Amino acid sequence: MRDRSRVIAGLGVFVVLAALPIWHALWAAGDISRPELELPQDESQCIEDTEFMRNRHQDFLNQWRNAVVRDGETEYTSTAGEIHTMSLTGTCLSCHDNRDTFCTRCHDYANVEPRCWDCHVERGGS
Amino acid sequence: MDESRRKFLKEAGCAALSAGCVFPLLSTACSASGQEETRPASLSSQWAMVVDIRRCLNEEVRRACTEACHREHNVPDIPDPGDEVKWIWSEEYQNVFPDQVHAHTATATREAPVLVLCNHCTNPPCVRVCPTGATWKRDTDGIVMMDMHRCIGCRYCIAACPYGARSFNWRDPRDYIERDESGEIPSDYPTRSKGVVEKCNFCAERIRAGRAPACVEAANGVPEGAGALTFGDAADPASEVSRILRERHTISRRVSLGTEPNVFYIV
Repeated sequence: MRDRSRVIAGLGVFVVLAALPIWHALWAAGDISRPELELPQDESQCIEDTEFMRNRHQDFLNQWRNAVVRDGETEYTSTAGEIHTMSLTGTCLSCHDNRDTFCTRCHDYANVEPRCWDCHVERGGS
Repeated sequence: MDESRRKFLKEAGCAALSAGCVFPLLSTACSASGQEETRPASLSSQWAMVVDIRRCLNEEVRRACTEACHREHNVPDIPDPGDEVKWIWSEEYQNVFPDQVHAHTATATREAPVLVLCNHCTNPPCVRVCPTGATWKRDTDGIVMMDMHRCIGCRYCIAACPYGARSFNWRDPRDYIERDESGEIPSDYPTRSKGVVEKCNFCAERIRAGRAPACVEAANGVPEGAGALTFGDAADPASEVSRILRERHTISRRVSLGTEPNVFYIV
């Protein structure tokens, strides 16, 4: 095994080269910080608890979607007992009135592409 | 030894043959009885429409209906007939009622324009073929609904519908929706996306708010169009629709197919 040092050096080079995409991504991404979301000015509380909305809003919206489209229901009673109309554009966007600085900013960060806006019409938007 | 082997083979053959014949028959019988059970029982409420063909001979009336509907639901206006999307539109009498014309039917009758839309059948073939449940018959009021979130664009429903009431979005419809004065999409009703099927929904969203369908409202808004379209609950004997169906001679499209349409025509 007199080539031991050369073999180890070769393996090292191989590992560095094979992981090139990782180095490239780390180098190209630059500084990454959590997205800063613009929250509604006039409201302090979302329909449900903020932590719940942040983690589960996708399931929550699916639940609303199924209730409205499949079962013809229109009203949602929150944990706090408030009644809200189940509507993405009517209810959610009445407070979160700029989806670019709220929805999109975080979805870009998380690299998810929801298809809501392919169909749902946003007033004053695209 | 040979004798018993021969006998064994004979009996085994007979058994296999009878099993092969009886089981398919049995399973067919079972599935047939199953289908009978899935046929909808008569609903407590069934929205229906009566179209007075004579009052709809006026072009302005028909145009008002189509424009109101297509504006209300953001239906794109695609010039290529192969790609067009329609919810309510006009067809010639001979194509709407192919089983009502004969060799001597007057040309004026044959070519008379008739408003057509989804029939919201009592026994809808489109619902039967949909593999994802994206279209279904609502058991509260009999509307044949569409859930665009679930439509995978297989177009089985288009093949199944004998009335051509369904359209497929071959392109992104937003490029073809006529914008309003401020350059925005005219209605809040969600547009569709490329790759889904759509059709008339009997204005389910307006009915929910207690309003009449857009086409009915538009027809009544034209002087000649009052009473051209009547909308109501066919299961309610006191409704205007039920009264017309009782008192007038009405027909519906391709009755022999057994789909039981809920759009009726006064000829």
